[in-house]
Amino acid sequence: MEATVAKTGTEGKTWGGGNQPLRASYGKMMMWFFIVSDALTFSGFLASYGFSRFKFVDAWPIADQVFTHFPFLHGVDAPMYYVAFMTFVLIFSSVTMVLAVDAGHHMQKKKVILYMFLTIIGGAIFVGSQAWEWNTFIKGDYGAVETKGGKILQFLDTDGKRVAIRDFAVTLPTERATHEDKNGLWFQSEPETQTSFSYEEVKAGFLAKDNLLVRVQYKDENGEHIVLSRDASIAKIKNDGKLVVEGANLRHNEYGTPLFADFFFFITGFHGFHVFSGVLINIIIFFNVVIGTYEKRGSYEMVEKVGLYWHFVDLVWVFVFTFFYLV
Amino acid sequence: MAHEHKLEIFRGLVKFKSNITKIWGIFLFLSIVTIIEVAFGIVKPAFLTENTFLAMKLLNWIFIILTLVKAYYITWDFMHMRDETKGLRRSVVWTAIFLICYLVLILLIEGDYIYEVYKSGFVKFDF
Repeated sequence: MEATVAKTGTEGKTWGGGNQPLRASYGKMMMWFFIVSDALTFSGFLASYGFSRFKFVDAWPIADQVFTHFPFLHGVDAPMYYVAFMTFVLIFSSVTMVLAVDAGHHMQKKKVILYMFLTIIGGAIFVGSQAWEWNTFIKGDYGAVETKGGKILQFLDTDGKRVAIRDFAVTLPTERATHEDKNGLWFQSEPETQTSFSYEEVKAGFLAKDNLLVRVQYKDENGEHIVLSRDASIAKIKNDGKLVVEGANLRHNEYGTPLFADFFFFITGFHGFHVFSGVLINIIIFFNVVIGTYEKRGSYEMVEKVGLYWHFVDLVWVFVFTFFYLV
Repeated sequence: MAHEHKLEIFRGLVKFKSNITKIWGIFLFLSIVTIIEVAFGIVKPAFLTENTFLAMKLLNWIFIILTLVKAYYITWDFMHMRDETKGLRRSVVWTAIFLICYLVLILLIEGDYIYEVYKSGFVKFDF
């Protein structure tokens, strides 16, 4: 056999094999490189968000005016407080995770169990908060009118406060026949949901109330959305209005350009999915710690690896928080 | 496996007694930075939103720099990058930073170009 073994002359050297040149185990190093590739996926999302935002830089929704809700505080304008709360939850669960890793280094099983448990709870609170945030975002609050060009018109009173369409729309007697297959094109079907008011009802209500103004997507030089005068508002609604939008889906949303909601769903959704799978992996590791797998193995390195993933999820949230909610 | 942790942060300005106190110290620091960010985001001081540096509002510069500071301390202390070898650190951090900077630069320039096309084009978009 000796004759067939190639000698490279690097035996015993750092990269000669048989040792760990980067002083990290295979699993840990691969977790790092997985994180690199996952970071690139997220930066792909965030960079394309930036691309679309630069494309419509003078008409992009202002996050402060979109995310204004806080659980149990109805009608209170609380921009950002809830996201800030979510950020703290995630940072704190990162702290408990790194404490679990540290306890693992010292082979303190009881402490690892406690800190892993707290981390799982923190992750669950975060995912729950995100579900609430999505729910609020999808349901919407004020409603808006979409123009023929796909632009969003929001309503304010003369004091500059937002007005919901349900507060001024009138109810018009309308006859709406249910769409049936025999009467129309075979591939068209009845829409699953209807807005609570039709465009005509909102228009009539808007014209009847003199203190209502329209706010358009475009921004002035201070970066605030332009509010039209009463005459211009009436002309805009009459000439360009097309349909009523309540809440958000992938094609329409009451906050502004459709891309805004699309990126909200994709970026926070992809991140939320990471948190969710992180919680699942944490639970698996948690039970392995409880039944003593790593105690027998003599090393808590698995806790460290899942910890790396968990911190990465926190790291991504720091960027999502900045680029989606702050900037 | 050796578990030696480097306990100095801020280039040796602060040195913690143990790894656990370091974790809580980092947590305190990250919390303060987050509170500053949120406070700026709510107050939005006029002099920071009116002045720009390299075509970006000073406020946004503050947000982005503070974000990078937070990212640094999460990676270096929570993910223990500070304790890894130079080779691992560079292969992870430099690769990611180079590719992300490149991608962001390209896409933002392209986005700005399309914005100009929309603005100065002959097709009406606001209707």
